[in-house]
Amino acid sequence: MKDQQDSLSRRDFIRLSGISTLSLTLGYYTSACDQTVKVLNTQTISSVIELVAWISIDTNGDIKLMNHRSEMGQGTQQTIPQILAEELEVSMDQITVVSASANPKKYGPQPQEGSFSVRGWCQQLLKMGATARQMLIMAAAKQWNVPVTECSAKNGQVFHQPTNQKAGYGSLVEEAAKIKPPSNVTLKERKDYTIIGKPLPRNDIPSKVNGTAVFGLDKKLPGLLYAVVERNPRFRGKVKSFDDTETRKIIGVKHVCKVQRAVFGSLYEGIAVVANSIWAAMQGRKVLRVEWDDTGFDHVSTTQMDEQMRHNLKKPAPSSQFEKAVKQASDTLSVEYETPYQAHSCMEPLNCTVHVHDNRIDVWGPLQEANWTQADLSQRMNIPIENVTVHMTFLGGGFGRKAFTDYPHEAALLSKELNAPVQVVWTREDDMIAGPFRPGAFFSCRGGLDKKGKIMAFQTITSTQWIGQEWSATPYADPEPAEYNKGRIEGLLHPYYKSIPHYSFAGVGNRVPMPVMWWRSVDASTNGFACESFIDELAYKAKQDPMDFRRSHLQETRYQNFIDKLEAVSGWKSRTTKGWGVAITQCFGSIAGHIVIVSRNADKKLQIDKVIALMDCGWYVNPDIIKAQVEGGIVMGLGAAIFHAIHFQDGMTVEKNFDTYLMPRMLDIPEIDVHIMENNEKPGGVGEPGLPPFAPALCNAIFDLTGKRIRKLPFALDEI
Amino acid sequence: MPSYTLLINHKRCTVEAEEAMPLLWVIRDLIGLTGTKFGCGIAQCGACTVHLNGTPVRSCSIPISSVADQPVTTIEGLSSDNSHPVQQAWIAEQVPQCGYCQSGQIMTAAAFLKKNPNPTDQDINLAMQGHICRCGTYTRIRKAIKTAATLSKKQTTE
Repeated sequence: MKDQQDSLSRRDFIRLSGISTLSLTLGYYTSACDQTVKVLNTQTISSVIELVAWISIDTNGDIKLMNHRSEMGQGTQQTIPQILAEELEVSMDQITVVSASANPKKYGPQPQEGSFSVRGWCQQLLKMGATARQMLIMAAAKQWNVPVTECSAKNGQVFHQPTNQKAGYGSLVEEAAKIKPPSNVTLKERKDYTIIGKPLPRNDIPSKVNGTAVFGLDKKLPGLLYAVVERNPRFRGKVKSFDDTETRKIIGVKHVCKVQRAVFGSLYEGIAVVANSIWAAMQGRKVLRVEWDDTGFDHVSTTQMDEQMRHNLKKPAPSSQFEKAVKQASDTLSVEYETPYQAHSCMEPLNCTVHVHDNRIDVWGPLQEANWTQADLSQRMNIPIENVTVHMTFLGGGFGRKAFTDYPHEAALLSKELNAPVQVVWTREDDMIAGPFRPGAFFSCRGGLDKKGKIMAFQTITSTQWIGQEWSATPYADPEPAEYNKGRIEGLLHPYYKSIPHYSFAGVGNRVPMPVMWWRSVDASTNGFACESFIDELAYKAKQDPMDFRRSHLQETRYQNFIDKLEAVSGWKSRTTKGWGVAITQCFGSIAGHIVIVSRNADKKLQIDKVIALMDCGWYVNPDIIKAQVEGGIVMGLGAAIFHAIHFQDGMTVEKNFDTYLMPRMLDIPEIDVHIMENNEKPGGVGEPGLPPFAPALCNAIFDLTGKRIRKLPFALDEI
Repeated sequence: MPSYTLLINHKRCTVEAEEAMPLLWVIRDLIGLTGTKFGCGIAQCGACTVHLNGTPVRSCSIPISSVADQPVTTIEGLSSDNSHPVQQAWIAEQVPQCGYCQSGQIMTAAAFLKKNPNPTDQDINLAMQGHICRCGTYTRIRKAIKTAATLSKKQTTE
């Protein structure tokens, strides 16, 4: 069947699709060497064509642009089409944006992580738009019998000025489809952009202010059953026994059964209560009795884990070179920093709707990793990958947690077992206590200054849980995984590696059974606190202005410009009050700096007055979305600095909901002022890099005001 | 199971539900209006906020038996065409990111502005304190409420 489809000519595709609904889809194989562009009708036959497909135009001129990335708030629904539209020469009001389902053969890898959507895809999307535009121009030139070079495109039309002719894309699409796509298209110069670089309003927002945006939890299907699952509060281990006598008495409860949950290498067990409504399932679960077998897993507590991490910091053998260097220093400093475990706490609790039927799987859900879900379910459920369709919904937040494929797996197993579509719904408590969490990280930092007050030696030893542990086949049993901070430390500005003659980094794994995972800005969220607090401490030790101290170590032009602008937009040099702190970090290809200003209010309590942020993400698409992401990063960083942390007691999570895992709210939010660097650097990430500088900048500001150093997060602002 | 007739967005709906079933699940799963969101289940986050008799309430913590004949307004009932000044302001200030908490934020803001058409920053902070936004759109919400206040006045004078 597949061969037959592949052997169809372009003309056959056109014929197959029928003229009235003809669509031109231009796509690439993801490999750069193959620039094949084929024609197909996405509505009727795209499912049998293994092509990348971002741009569809039908003969009526209807232009559909695909967003192949998850929309979890970071704005891909706007930025991806904004890139395509620029080179395609269409305006944003001429297009419809379509959320693409999982299809790595068409779209390449789709995991939504590493702030990668724009920086990872812009080149390919620009080329895609330009190729489509060029084919439409070539089609027009042929039709008018004029030289291609005399034609141009704008606003969804091709023009030939000398003969005063014009034609809409819809009327050209059929001819364009027959043209061999040019391999070397010319991309527009940045100065000629009319869409990229503009703060255009997000096209998903109208649906998000009237309740029509469909999130995972909003998915309804005929005959849908709802499941909630009682999971081991100590994470791992098995079900010893369960008693569902009372559960089955609840009206609406249909089934009670054991269900597994695969978190990459780990297999967890739970008891699912399935009912005809979420509410009934929740009531049934309340009266369910489960006994767990936790044999082999320590019932550890935060106090123990913290002690263990402090102990670990003393483990690495001294680096002889570093020790030799630090002996030459005219002044030295040695301190420790501590950061806690954190929960993602997306506003939309985890949920997934799956229907396993007729050797097929249909999935709807808030998923950060459409094609991981597809591959994972295919493998675990033994159903061919082409029969697994992952339908995208909006995500009510992601932050790393929704890149796991465990909750789709639970739903798939239940759907298969019950032979019905099933929506698994995690309550807020489930979402908060089960993790995976951002691991806490403890740091031992040592530094030496030379006579001129420059850093001559810098050392960081980190103890944390290995963030990749859940990928391992036997996660908890993994022997001493120390794959972090080897040679470099994520978060630290890169020029320090040049300006500091002796630096050394080491990591010691902390082996505990807590499930862990990426959390917005990942390692930089903890490393950034340690490094930028320490740099600040060294600056004061050297009796230098913290900004000047940083400047003297960051010689590259990009960083010098960054510091100049951060000073200028914040008024750093002309500040007349105490309570100013700065921190600058780097991750996912971008540099971000925050100035935090604190003061004492009338009650002598500390308050955060203002945050001024500067983001250098190089070439960028939508400045308003960038500002929104930095604002969000600051608020999330603020929560992690002064409001919440996850603690463990007797192997279980202590904080279960927002009454104990406190979130920053309106009264806690200072004025935030975000600026963007204008330069020609490569595009960098936007969603994550705006978070890490907040905590160190706040603590540095508090030191500036009070003389007190804060080296442990979180802390209570009003107790300082 | 008892039967209840509710007045939701000016329409009468009859549902069969246990008396303890929270209004949130009645609205979402029995009536099918999914714009009202489940966030925490314990009235801490505000994602489930609807108007009961014009007052913003946490629908996750209101049993259907206590609703009786009080009119309920959900986000869908605010306006069908985004014409409500709060919706317009939310668009103008580009407030939502993920958008999940915004139905609740908007419902509280709309009720608040009706009572206090000329709010100060501190009035806004206090009125919105019951809501959590994990994306961190707070500064834009603050701005949007002021914009909505201006838009409301314009609409009244026109």
